[in-house]
Amino acid sequence: MSITAEETKAQITQETKARNRELIDEVLKVYPEKTAKKRAKHLGVFEEGKPDCGVKSNIKTVPGVMTIRGCAYAGSKGVVWGPIKDMIHISHGPVGCGQYSWAARRNYYIGTTGVDTFVTMQFTSDFQEKDIVFGGDKKLEKIMDEIQDLFPLNHGITVQSECPIGLIGDDIEAVSKKKSKEFGGKTIVPVRCEGFRGVSQSLGHHIANDSIRDYVFEKDGAKPAAFASTPYDVAIIGDYNIGGDAWSSRILLEEMGLRVIAQWSGDGSLAELENTPKAKLNVLHCYRSMNYISRYMEEKHGIPWAEYNFFGPSKIEESLRKIASYFDDKIKDGAERVIAKYRALTDDVIAKYRPRLEGRKVMLFVGGLRPRHVIGAYEDLGMEVVGTGYEFGHNDDYQRTTHDIKDGTLIYDDVTGFEFEKFVEAVKPDLVGSGIKEKYVFQKMGVPFRQMHSWDYSGPYHGYDGFAIFARDMDMAINNPVWALTKAPWKQH
Amino acid sequence: MSQNADKTLDHFNLFREPEYLEMFENKKQFENPQPAADIERVREWTKTMEYREKNFSREALTVNPAKACQPLGAVFAAVGFESTMPFVHGSQGCVAYYRSHFSRHFKEPSSCVSSSMTEDAAVFGGLNNMIDGLANTYNMYKPKMIAVSTTCMAEVIGDDLNAFIKTSKEKGSVPEEYDVPFAHTPAFVGSHITGYDNALKGILTHFWDGKAGTVPALERQPNAKINLIGGFDGYTVGNLREVKRIFNLMGVDYTILADNSDVWDTPADGEFRMYDGGTTLEDAANALHAKATISMQWYSTEKTMAYIAEKGQETVNLHCPIGIAATDKLLMEVARITGKGIPAELEKERGRLVDAVADSTAHIHGKKFALYGDPDFCLGMSAFLMELGAEPTHVLATNGSKDWAGKMQNLFDSSPFGKGCHAYPGKDLWHMRSLLFTEPVDFMIGNTYGKFLERDTGTPLIRIGFPIFDRHHHHRYPIWGYQGSMNVLVTVLDKVFDEMDKNTNVPSKSDYSFDIIR
Repeated sequence: MSITAEETKAQITQETKARNRELIDEVLKVYPEKTAKKRAKHLGVFEEGKPDCGVKSNIKTVPGVMTIRGCAYAGSKGVVWGPIKDMIHISHGPVGCGQYSWAARRNYYIGTTGVDTFVTMQFTSDFQEKDIVFGGDKKLEKIMDEIQDLFPLNHGITVQSECPIGLIGDDIEAVSKKKSKEFGGKTIVPVRCEGFRGVSQSLGHHIANDSIRDYVFEKDGAKPAAFASTPYDVAIIGDYNIGGDAWSSRILLEEMGLRVIAQWSGDGSLAELENTPKAKLNVLHCYRSMNYISRYMEEKHGIPWAEYNFFGPSKIEESLRKIASYFDDKIKDGAERVIAKYRALTDDVIAKYRPRLEGRKVMLFVGGLRPRHVIGAYEDLGMEVVGTGYEFGHNDDYQRTTHDIKDGTLIYDDVTGFEFEKFVEAVKPDLVGSGIKEKYVFQKMGVPFRQMHSWDYSGPYHGYDGFAIFARDMDMAINNPVWALTKAPWKQH
Repeated sequence: MSQNADKTLDHFNLFREPEYLEMFENKKQFENPQPAADIERVREWTKTMEYREKNFSREALTVNPAKACQPLGAVFAAVGFESTMPFVHGSQGCVAYYRSHFSRHFKEPSSCVSSSMTEDAAVFGGLNNMIDGLANTYNMYKPKMIAVSTTCMAEVIGDDLNAFIKTSKEKGSVPEEYDVPFAHTPAFVGSHITGYDNALKGILTHFWDGKAGTVPALERQPNAKINLIGGFDGYTVGNLREVKRIFNLMGVDYTILADNSDVWDTPADGEFRMYDGGTTLEDAANALHAKATISMQWYSTEKTMAYIAEKGQETVNLHCPIGIAATDKLLMEVARITGKGIPAELEKERGRLVDAVADSTAHIHGKKFALYGDPDFCLGMSAFLMELGAEPTHVLATNGSKDWAGKMQNLFDSSPFGKGCHAYPGKDLWHMRSLLFTEPVDFMIGNTYGKFLERDTGTPLIRIGFPIFDRHHHHRYPIWGYQGSMNVLVTVLDKVFDEMDKNTNVPSKSDYSFDIIR
């Protein structure tokens, strides 16, 4: 009797599934009953053929469990608005939020900081007790005056609300409206992204999207774009240019003959936001954080949007063709030309790194699009993602994820510190990809790690140029001599 | 295409390649950029005295402050106790920020939980979050103590920690006798150093004053021990270890309160230690009986030290003792209180530091420095600079008070090198930018954010402060004591010499001064 390779594979998958289910049962034991019940819904094992990953998501975090999630302010100021470079974003409330998020997200941009661009600065109203007691609206007015005075080349202002604003009943909308009028119609955007709203960063993305709709698109007297349209105008939506990601993506779109008229929001400007309704197609990378505005532009302006994935050559190729399919042959040929042009590079990268990474297992826990989007890039290098989860994903993210993961993959939504540690301990991946709060936990455990939010201060990872860096970095993490040294020789068995 | 597999170009070099430069140029047409002439005009204008005056007349806007908020300090203090989990009551995003902030500085894990309050809690209060949160934390992470503090959300809605914790215990979240000290730490009062102070006072109050009315208050029975409190300190790992070394050399019986030197310096040996080291809960309680308590940073411990003094202990308040005289004072105070002599070994260390200063002072003498940071650090660092014959020309503390500015002035007045030096309480790094343009100095001392000032003004930055994100491992080295001061001296000198070399390395123009012996 001979066992075929497929049967062996199926058996391994069955074993993995059983192991993963056991593991979930095991971690749930630590919780009080009520919490165990809640957490059980967020942990699962993917069954091929199912429409989603079998977990609940976008639900309030259980208190006290050490969630990795952030807040709505982080979603608005930290993600969506913060990278808009020629506007000044006021962290409105106490000093901390703006301080901890100050220049921490690596949203690269070009400009003279403090003069015409302001991304890596921390503007705060530094609320004191009297502002809480008497309200901060007067202070906010004065802050806007002082901004105009000291930073005259700014193109606009946003007010990023911290927790107290919504609790003390401040009317930041009225202040913004009044000051906008006073400053000759300047774009001033009040954003109600108080940290207690919603269950994670995610609502902050949505609120920020809506504020662009209301205060940029629907603004009275919005001016027309200062350029002539072409049939090939596209906007990059949902790329925050971390380590230059949007740049190594834009270059490919332009090479295939498209014209990128806006970047949302990495290295973006107010004018680019304003321009976007003139696009022929919105290409959407981070679906989670910017699907809202894409849908709005589709409904209001009839602009179609296409999700794409620029991690790793397989997905890039697929995405370039998908984007091209919205255009004529000139662009379709352009896409093929780009794919052909970079093939030698990707072949070289894969030839160099695949033998060093083949068969290595990865566990991910990230935000936005990455828990699914980076899987293809790992697979291009012969690696396998055996566990993944979203910090603040919704069910539509988990549905999309089914296309990228293998049968039996361990799924953990809004993972707790405890669960993540136990999962990694048991699954023993060769690499964990997550954030700064997780990095050192796993490195202490002797597990190679890469930050998959900030690219561990490397990058870009998007596009063909980025893939070469991605491959180098994963190799550097996994095949690092330090991991052989974690056990003292006299302690090794 | 410039990228290649053999020599991978990452963000440092990739975007300088011609195809990207062309792309950037092309992108401008969509950006509605300000005219280059205007950018240049405004850039130059920001360097002027006129701009400085406008800048200093700001009343509402803060730009690039050198301070953080209270709960950060509360978490810092809490992890200094044995197996203690900091629990921050309020929005969860705050805790994500504190953990990231500490991990970026220490390159270490930073464990802390939140009660994850959301809109319903904003309306109804966060009692249920506390009840569930304490139970979860207790079961999952098995801490010996949970130290509670608050975010501004919980403070604005007026959640009562004492009552909430009591109720949680009644509901069985944690055992009745389990230690849950607390402190209200509103982000809209003071700064991270205030939060450190409040949290530490909360913990001591818990142990000394009868655990929120559940047991009789401790009766102080004075013994010969001394307590030492470090305050909020980015060098806590190196500094507290150095303090212990000094105390051990002196044979002093001591307790370090809030000793987070181990939890933020754990080994990579295959095991993740959520907790490591720390002041034992027993020692925290018994610290009441000590003869005296020394605070290394008074502004970080004002309320705690007043509380300790009320209990009848002698208190000694220092300001980040860097340098020879400051370390002398520390040792003499310890010797005086404990009756222990200062051993020859420490005296030798002192002599070595004096020797090193004598060897190198010529390169620092008369140099002007700008520095910023927490109030105590500014006092300690300025004193050492003046000892080295340098002038601490601009000293800025965003969280510094008028009282601090007065102390700074007294310090300036105590030395000829303090002449013309000025303290700036409550100002931020955008103020500092104006100072550096209008009254230039030779060097600047501060945290990582100073690199923006270095870029804009050309003032070389010496990284001493918190946070330091872009240099690694310096927090492992002390800046206190003779040996710590030696580290500071060397750090300053390295930059002085690097700058000297940088300024003299043009062949046939300046390299006659490119000396190999300095």
